[in-house]
Amino acid sequence: MNDGLLQVESLRLHYRTTTGVVQAVDGVTFALDQQQALAVLGESGCGKSSLARAILRLLPRNVEAYDGRVRLHGMDVMALDEGRFRREVRWRQISIVMQAAMNALNPVLRVADQVIEPLLVHQGLPRHDALACVGEVFHMVGVPLDFMGRYAFELSGGMRQRVVLAMALILNPPLVLLDEPTSALDVLTQASIMNVLKRIKRDTGTSFMLITHDIATSSELADQVAVMYAGQLVEISDARRFFGAPLHPYSQKLMASVPRLQRGERPEYIAGRPPSLIDPPRGCRFTPRCPKRFAKCDQDPPLIHIEDGRQVRCWLYN
Amino acid sequence: MLLSVRNLHTWYELRQRMFGRAGYVRAVDGVTFDLAEGEAIAVVGESGCGKSSLAKTILGLYRPTQGEFFFQGQPMHAADRRTLRWYRRQVGFVQQDPYGALPPFMTVHRILEEPLIIHGIRKPQRQERIHEVLEEVRLVPIEDFIGKFPHMLSGGQQQRLVIARAMLLRPKLIVADEPVSMLDASVRVEILDLLRTLQTAHRLAVLYITHDLSAVRHYAERIFVMYGGRLVEKAMVADLLGNPLHPYTRALLQAIPDADAANSETYRQIPAGEPPSLLNPPPGCRFHPRCPLVIAGLCDTQEPPEFEPEPLHHTLCWLYRDEKP
Repeated sequence: MNDGLLQVESLRLHYRTTTGVVQAVDGVTFALDQQQALAVLGESGCGKSSLARAILRLLPRNVEAYDGRVRLHGMDVMALDEGRFRREVRWRQISIVMQAAMNALNPVLRVADQVIEPLLVHQGLPRHDALACVGEVFHMVGVPLDFMGRYAFELSGGMRQRVVLAMALILNPPLVLLDEPTSALDVLTQASIMNVLKRIKRDTGTSFMLITHDIATSSELADQVAVMYAGQLVEISDARRFFGAPLHPYSQKLMASVPRLQRGERPEYIAGRPPSLIDPPRGCRFTPRCPKRFAKCDQDPPLIHIEDGRQVRCWLYN
Repeated sequence: MLLSVRNLHTWYELRQRMFGRAGYVRAVDGVTFDLAEGEAIAVVGESGCGKSSLAKTILGLYRPTQGEFFFQGQPMHAADRRTLRWYRRQVGFVQQDPYGALPPFMTVHRILEEPLIIHGIRKPQRQERIHEVLEEVRLVPIEDFIGKFPHMLSGGQQQRLVIARAMLLRPKLIVADEPVSMLDASVRVEILDLLRTLQTAHRLAVLYITHDLSAVRHYAERIFVMYGGRLVEKAMVADLLGNPLHPYTRALLQAIPDADAANSETYRQIPAGEPPSLLNPPPGCRFHPRCPLVIAGLCDTQEPPEFEPEPLHHTLCWLYRDEKP
């Protein structure tokens, strides 16, 4: 496993709130290789954005527990102090496109001046050389070069999203986290951004962790799929087998809820609601909504390894 | 016909400095269609194509700049206040962002009572009606919900409440502007199922405004594709998906993925460029600068009229000029 890019082991991130401790990320383990895209799928409130924050150590103040291991190229980055993590890991090694980031561009800076910042801060490049790099990255993500001097409000949503993506790619990090990168965009814009991401993965070998609830769009990029439910990963699979026939009852229900454009069957919804992360159900967290539950489900299932390399947190596969 | 829309235009005036006009934003620019009682139509298009302006004009929130629309035969484009008040009882509005559409400091009961007070319904009937609609949108047991504030409800429950409010005055038409785009996939289906049930039970007409073709195909009879302020294609769901005529519709359908691992191995064909400015739309067909099948000398100079190459399948595209208009 040492040649892998990223290994996450038993990662936990719990928040303290007035009503109790929110177990947003509760023992997440997975690995990601170079030039691979992992789609993390789940409903809102399942902890998928917190997972990204935990990996990049972007923590709010009310952290109750934050532990586990995050290894990058074999090095345990959780052990680094904040200063080294900031200088050596964040943005150099792992960058992020946050949810709705296109609306968070600084309105009074020209877009090139925002994209250039990591180059000046992290690499200390002279401005002239840095601008040339910005030009290259803009070209890669499909922003016309004459947009470099524009302000965010002068760009369409799709162009702003490309600028934000350029910012994440500017230091050429081996891993980019994408938190709902296209959910606010139109169908055609969404498709062309997915084209850009595919091309970047192919040409630069960058790995992506794509966090989304949009299952159909995730299939555009994903080599691997991880399904998150109530703070835990319940299935980890290669994309081909996952989109063909997922294993976990929750994954199956989730896939059945996706409307298909070209196929006749009507989508179905999942009865019930996702559990509270403050007081999750005992045993398997999907039990209350699961059509296949049986006696054993009141015990907590481990991630069970299937021979073909898939992993599933369900007693059915014991 | 419940709703007839004829050559409807909604333009917004842009002022320059203090006096004088800088021009018009042609948000809705010549829209014609009929909507029958009990029928659901989805208007599909990208942001900025004018679909929300169309919805708001039909709701009577904007006055059309030009053109006409009739509700049960009554002209609404030039209605007086009293007629508009009557009309607003006949149409319900389901907004995109349920949390934003609900006043945060009112309880469920208050939210539902207010429209009834405004429309002069007496107290006993009010209580009865509130219970009926909550029952219908299945916010049950009612006692659990009636005293709650919007922030205490989940996203799906909030949207049910918005639908309950839209149903209060027993409308004939529901206009739903992106009713599920803020919700999770599994909840989306639940809300669309609910709207479908209400539609059948009350012979409601529904006008969906959406950008999500795959979801709405299961819940509408017809789909209209909007581009640059116009309906460029109008057809029954199966005809539009099986035999898209307009090059824009084809591009749209090609860009929508179904969950399939093979997607990651190919690139999608996307027409270059961006949707046209509604302030300064291109001459001729509005899609011609991006169209792969553009006919020089025709598409870039003359606006295409509506052709009907297949029965009940209309499109604004010169490719079909040889077929009878």
